[in-house]
Formats: sequence, C-alpha cells, structure tokens
Amino acid sequence: MTAQEKNIVLRGEGLKQHYEVSQGFLKPKGIVKAVDGVSFEVAAGKTLAVVGESGCGKSTLARQLTMIETPTAGSIEFNGKNLLALTGDAKKEARQRIQIIFQNPYGSLNPRKKVGHILEEPLVINSEMTPPDRKERALYLLEKVGLKAEHYDRYPHMFSGGQRQRIAIARGLMMNPKVVVADEPVSALDVSVQAQVLNLMMDIQKEFGLAYIFISHDLSVVEHIADEVLVMYLGRVVEQGPTEQIFKNPKHPYTRALLSSTPRIKPEQRIEKIRLPGELPSPMNPPLGCAFHGRCKYANDQCRHITPELIAKEDGSKIRCFAYEEGRLDY
Amino acid sequence: MSLLSVKNLSVTFGTGENPFRAVDRLSYDVNAGEVLGIVGESGSGKSVSSLALMGLIDFPGKVMADTLDFEGNKLLEMSDKARRKITGDDIAMIFQDPMTALNPCFTVGNQIMEAIEVHQGGSRKERKAKAIDLLRQVGIPAPEERINVYPHQLSGGMSQRVMIAMAIACDPKLLIADEPTTALDVTIQAQIIDLLLDLQKQKNMGLILITHDLALVSEAADRVVVMYAGQVVETGPAAEIFANPQHPYTEALMKSLPESAAGKERLDALAGVVPGANDRPNGCLLNPRCPYVMDKCREQEPELIATDSHAVRCFKPLLKQEDAA
Amino acid sequence: MTQSNITVQGPRTPLNEFWFYFKQNRGAVIGLAYVSFIVLLAVLADVLAPHSPTDQFREFILTPPAFSEGGSSQFLLGTDGVGRDILSRLMHGARLSLLIGLFIVSISLIMGISLGLFAGYFGGFLDTAIMRISDILQSLPALLLAIGIVAVLGPSIVNAGLALSLVYLPHYIRLTRASVLAEKNRDYVISSRVAGARSMRLMFITILPNCLAPLIVQATLGFSNAILDMAALGFLGLGAQPPLPEWGTMLATAKEFIQSAWWVVTFPGLMILTTVLAFNLMGDGLRDALDPKLKQ
Repeated sequence: MTAQEKNIVLRGEGLKQHYEVSQGFLKPKGIVKAVDGVSFEVAAGKTLAVVGESGCGKSTLARQLTMIETPTAGSIEFNGKNLLALTGDAKKEARQRIQIIFQNPYGSLNPRKKVGHILEEPLVINSEMTPPDRKERALYLLEKVGLKAEHYDRYPHMFSGGQRQRIAIARGLMMNPKVVVADEPVSALDVSVQAQVLNLMMDIQKEFGLAYIFISHDLSVVEHIADEVLVMYLGRVVEQGPTEQIFKNPKHPYTRALLSSTPRIKPEQRIEKIRLPGELPSPMNPPLGCAFHGRCKYANDQCRHITPELIAKEDGSKIRCFAYEEGRLDY
Repeated sequence: MSLLSVKNLSVTFGTGENPFRAVDRLSYDVNAGEVLGIVGESGSGKSVSSLALMGLIDFPGKVMADTLDFEGNKLLEMSDKARRKITGDDIAMIFQDPMTALNPCFTVGNQIMEAIEVHQGGSRKERKAKAIDLLRQVGIPAPEERINVYPHQLSGGMSQRVMIAMAIACDPKLLIADEPTTALDVTIQAQIIDLLLDLQKQKNMGLILITHDLALVSEAADRVVVMYAGQVVETGPAAEIFANPQHPYTEALMKSLPESAAGKERLDALAGVVPGANDRPNGCLLNPRCPYVMDKCREQEPELIATDSHAVRCFKPLLKQEDAA
Repeated sequence: MTQSNITVQGPRTPLNEFWFYFKQNRGAVIGLAYVSFIVLLAVLADVLAPHSPTDQFREFILTPPAFSEGGSSQFLLGTDGVGRDILSRLMHGARLSLLIGLFIVSISLIMGISLGLFAGYFGGFLDTAIMRISDILQSLPALLLAIGIVAVLGPSIVNAGLALSLVYLPHYIRLTRASVLAEKNRDYVISSRVAGARSMRLMFITILPNCLAPLIVQATLGFSNAILDMAALGFLGLGAQPPLPEWGTMLATAKEFIQSAWWVVTFPGLMILTTVLAFNLMGDGLRDALDPKLKQ
C-alpha cells in the first residue's frame, strides 16, 4: 500500500536531536543524544504510543513533532509535505494542524486568563474570525469535552485537574488539528478521572478522525489506547510494532522488563517478574555498544562493543537486540 | 496484640458547626510483619491519616480518636515528649518526593549519621560504619564512596533508597510509606517496592503502604483499606477485595483501570470527582456518583459493617460473584 | 460524554480574592486609607487650601501654628520664613510629590519591564548587554548618580525625576527578568507557542501578566523611595526650585529655622515620614496578597 492509501498523516524519518553540553570550563563540549534516529508513521484515526522511562527522549520527540524544537537531523512529513522545509504561511498552516496536550494540567493553562481567552487564543492569532464566531466555536468545544457554557468566564484555578485537562483538550481542538501529540496526558490524574479523560480522548479521536501520538510511561494505559507502540531507551527505539504484538509477545528484554514491572490487579495478567538492576545510564556518556547492556542479563561481549540495528520482522514489528537475533533469549 | 491499633481516628479542620472532616472515624490494625495498603484518590484523606498518626497535624487541625495505641501505649494520652520518643524510635516514615525530602546542604552520610545519633548515639566512627552498612542494605552500590555525595548527585531512585536507609536506621517496628514510588519510573518503582518488602520481611516490621495505585497495592499488600472522602469504604484481605469487591467504589476503581477493559472500546469511568471540603453530599458520600444508588443512600449514612475479616460501608454491598451467578 | 462536574468553587474573581487577602493585613489597610487621604488632599488642594501656596504674608512671617502660643487661626500650621501658609504649601506639595513619585515609578517601571522582558525572553547577547549595563548603574551610589545626572542636565524637577528613574531602573529589570526566566518554560507558554503566537505576544500578553505581582509590590515601595530621594535632591537644591512647594525643598529652605521655629521644619518632615510609611505598609500588604506562596 502507498502512504496515501493508508492515509498516513505524520511520518518521521531518522529524527535526531543532539545537544551540545558544556562539561565545565576548558573541557571539551559533550554531546547528548536526546533522540537518536527515530522513525515512525501514524495514520489518521490511529494512535501511536511512545513508551519509555524518564530520560529516554520521548518528550523531546514530542517537542520536535510540534515544532517547538527543530531536529538536528531527519525529516518530518505531514500530509506528504516535509515540515522542516516549509516556510511562511504554509508552515503556519501546518503548525495549526499539529497540537499538543501536556502532562500537568496545572501548568499548561495560563493562570491569569479566563477559559474563554485561553480557548480563543489560537483563533485570535491564526484566523480572521469575528469575536462572536470565536466564542461560538469555544462554546461548541467546551460542550464537546463535557464542560458547560458557564465555564467560559472562569479562571483555570477554579477547576479540578480533570476539568483542566478537558480544557486543554478543547484548546488543542480549536484549530481543527489532524494530529494531537499528548505528552503523558493522564498521568497526573486520579484513576477514576483518568478513565473519564481517556474515554473523552477516544471519543474525540473517532469523531474528528485524529491521529494521536500518545506519550506515556504507563503501559496499561498504552495497551488500552494505542494501535502501535514505540519503546524507547536512551534516545533510541528498541522495539516497535502493533500493540498486540508488543504486549502478547514482547521480544526485547527491556520491553519485557517494563511489562513485568507494571503492577497488575489481575493475578492472571501478571508475568514473571524481571527486575532490572541499576538505572538508566547518563546520556552524557552512554555506554558503548547496546545502551541497555549494563542492565541486561543476556548481554555478551558483542552487546558491550557493537550497537545493534533495528531489524524488521515479518510480523510487522522491529527490534534492536543481538540476543534476539541470535536466539539467546530464554523466554 | 497488634502493633498499631487505630479506632475511630478523625481529623477535622475548621471550626463552627460543620468542620471539614479530612479523616472520618478511620479504624485499622497493623500487625508486626504485615503489609497494610491504604488506597484512595487524592482528597480521600489517606495521607492526612498517617500524619495524624505521627502527631504532625498542625494547629487548626484537630485529631480525635477512641484508640490510638502503639504496642499498647496510648499515644494520645502521653506527653508530647514521650510520644515523640515512640514515634521517633519505633515508627519511621518515607515520603513521596525523595528529591525534596533530603536536605541539599549536607552529604548523604551526614544525614544518615544524624538520624543514628539522635536515636542511638555512638561515636562518630561507629555511626559512619553503621551508615555505610545501611546504604549497603538498601542496595546502593559502592556505599563507602556514596556516603560522601550530596543529594543532588543522586537520581530519584537512589534518593529514595537513601530515605529508606534513614528510615530503617533506628530499626523501627512500623514503617509508613506515603506514595513512595509515585515520582519514580516503573522499573525503579519495582526495585524500590521489592526493597521495601524485603526489608519488611527481614526485620519483621509492620508496613503501611499508602498509594493511589490499586494494582501496586494488590501485588504488595496483605490487607487493604480503601478510603473515599475521608472514610473507609471497604477493608479486608487484599486477595479477597480485589477478587470480590463488595463496595461500589472499590468495584468502580477497579473497572476504571485500563487493564480491566481489555477488548473493550471504552473504560468504565466513574462520573464526577471526589467531593471537596464544601460539597460533601448528605447520606452516603458516594451517592452522587454511585451506579447502584437508592433513595436510602441519599438520606442516611451507612455504617462500616464487618463480616469475618471483610468490612464494607454500604447498604447494599455487591454480592460475591459466585453468589450472583 | 456530557458528564459534568460537581465542583462548585465559589467563583472568586482575582480582584475579590486580592481584596480578601489584602484586608487581612491591618497595617496595609491603614496605609491604603492614609494614601487615599493624601491623594484626596492633593487633588482637592485648590479647594481645600486656605491660601495660595506662593502668597507671602509679610506681616505674619514665622507665625507659630494655631494651637501653640502666639498662633493665629488664619494659619493653622503657621507660616514660614517669608510668610507663606505652611498648610497650603503642604497640600500643594502633596500634589507635586505624588506626581513626582508617579512619574518616576512609571518611567522606571515601563522601561524596566521592557528591558527585563527582552533580557529574560531572548537571553544570549541581549541579556548579557542589558544586565551588565544595569550592573554598572547599580554599582554607583544612588544619590551620587542622580546628582551627577542632574548636574549635567541642569537642576529642575523634571531632570531630577529622569535621573531618579534611571537610578531605580535596575531593580525593575532584575525583577522582571527573574520572573520571566521562571515563567517562560512553563507549559502554558509553550502551548501558546504551538498555537502560533509570536515573541511580542508571548512576552507582553502571555508571560507579563504572570510576572506582575512582585513588580506591583516593588513599584509601591519604589514610590516611597522616589518621594524620599526627591526630597533629598530638593534638600540639596537640585530638585524643585523655589517657590514651588515641594516637601523636600520646603525642608531645605527651612533649615536655618531648625532652632528658632520648629514648625517650619517639623510639618514637611512629618508629611514625608507618614506618607512613606503608609506606602511601605501598603506595599507589605500587597506582597502578602499577591504572593501565592503565602496563600492557602
């Protein structure tokens, strides 16, 4: 199938984000590879989840996709056009179609502005709409996210966390986006509220045909909402594939460890615990070879010296692991 | 005799006719060598109750209880000094955010040694040896070197390990862990929970694990207390509660977890939010959100009724699944 | 999904909330009342003052206040060395002093906010340049710098005002820059950026309102500083020129009577003292009311 047939809206190719970091006076500058060669594609109405622990580069990826940061290498294609090459009005137009929802609903709404103002800001900046039209659109979306018209004139601090996240979602929808990047949208919320917001996000996805890039560390949420999953470790993708493949049959030792570390309420869903020793290595001086080798019990000399490649399998998944290729894994 | 026995513990804020009950007649027991999980959403009073236990509720808050006994000592009736001695020596606490719980101006070793000095004394050399030993017990690599680092040089997981080392420095009989892993990544969370449970078994401590994460409690705790808006709605052995929740709130919490919705499009979300200080309903506190609400629930407040080891605060507790079938 | 929420927090507007916290500080309310009183005096000086501030009653030179021995009910607070009514001069002086305070604070506030916003928002070379210049300004003693500037521009009340604005500028720059640095990486700023907002909009519409609280406090406290320093310049003869009735200048011209006619010195001094005190009290209250850390 061609990209058009699959209705791919967003495609990233070899995205990199390298930062120069000063290590002190007179010392050579270090390079932090926050994102190092990530490729993906996501179709309209589908959800791509990016999973990993803090420091794995998932938030940097979100900033690249929303053009808050310019990738140091690679390309982002939106509806078949290279975003990074766009200029002027075309860039402005594309930018409106990719929106972001943040993790912390207490920080993402301007505390000094009323809800109405917050919602209408994108329209004020980007459109010629009259104030009554703008208000109409804001009220329409407030209702869509389960809030009332009377909330239009209130300030953010008068709302609970879940309600604020609804406001943030409404703001994201104001410009009719095609892609919504959601950076841990429910991890600051209580369980029951989290379920409400997830339901809302799925309803809206269906209604507006949105593509989601869903960034999360919570695998049980990802399992529920995602169509495809990207597992990242220290800036690189270690495993990538359809949600079912990843959760039923995790191949990479890191994916497996993540899954087994996630607490499960149903005993039958628990899998044998794999406890990873140690912590994420410093991105300032990542280990030689496979970045995961220091915590991996299958690591051998090759893993310690040579970086494995991301290799595609026939079941549609991709994996970056020597032990898997060589059949050294014992699960 | 249980290690800690709490009966009808209430914490109220504000005065006048209708003070806000942050914790409302909370009762539970913890035995030595047992893990008690307290679960609830934010605003359920789970953290306030443990602060009340430690005597850390400040002035406008009022703490009342029929019984607050630690190893038979009545904590509420003794002098402040005697109480501090007990809470300091035998009860230890770990908080959610390890990065702010350590003083950034002193080295890790200094802070552990200070904790040892307060409770056990000993020469500087002995204390240092003990601090190194503690760091080794909590799984910090190269403790001889790590003892000289400052908190900002540690990751979140390492800081939490240091906090645990300080907590067990004086061999407490009861450890209270308030959301100990919420700020940490999953793989680190698993490490820390394993460590806590290992230490708890090794030292035969009582452990109170306070968290919002049902799944975590279901894996770690022996017994569970489910709180809603300051009240206990259900309590019992963990396995029983999670296999057969009897209170609609417990059931709703479990259903709203994504893992419970496998194969389903939507999650079973409980509508609304935990009522705040000004909008607590009459009758059962859950009634505006409860799918099984009856007229009686809006007028009368149900009592916590115990059968065997399991207790529920509901007029019409959900049937066990085999009974219903 | 039309489920809505039960949260009914009393819709308190920011102004309501501000007043709620402000009135808890009794000193601040007293300060506010006194400042309002002075403002009223200044505005209505033409109506209230019994005499013109510049009229010289030659036959009543150095008349003591009405309540002391030898006083006259015609001049409630007495007259000065050339027979002008002190009460009238104080009222008209209030007008001048407040205007000067307002002038100085506004200029330094506007410039300070703009420079601070640019420095904090853009960073880099612009930041370094602005901050080094403000370092230099701050390293000179305030009054000395003002005297230097006035000496170059020539002594007049406007020049003195400009000089003092420049002296206070670094405070506002630093304060603005610090708040901007804290705010500019917050999520709400980034979402405005994603919405397509340009730098100017981000700086002045998105970020600035969130940085205002400490600036308002600093401005109130700066007001009293401005009055005080203006009085000092006036005292040195570099501010308001006679016969303009300015409190500091009144003090300066009265210094020869310190021993013989206490009222000529005391009343302008008292006015300066109480007004500055009132502004400081009010500033404290403002800080309490606007600082979220002190709120529940």
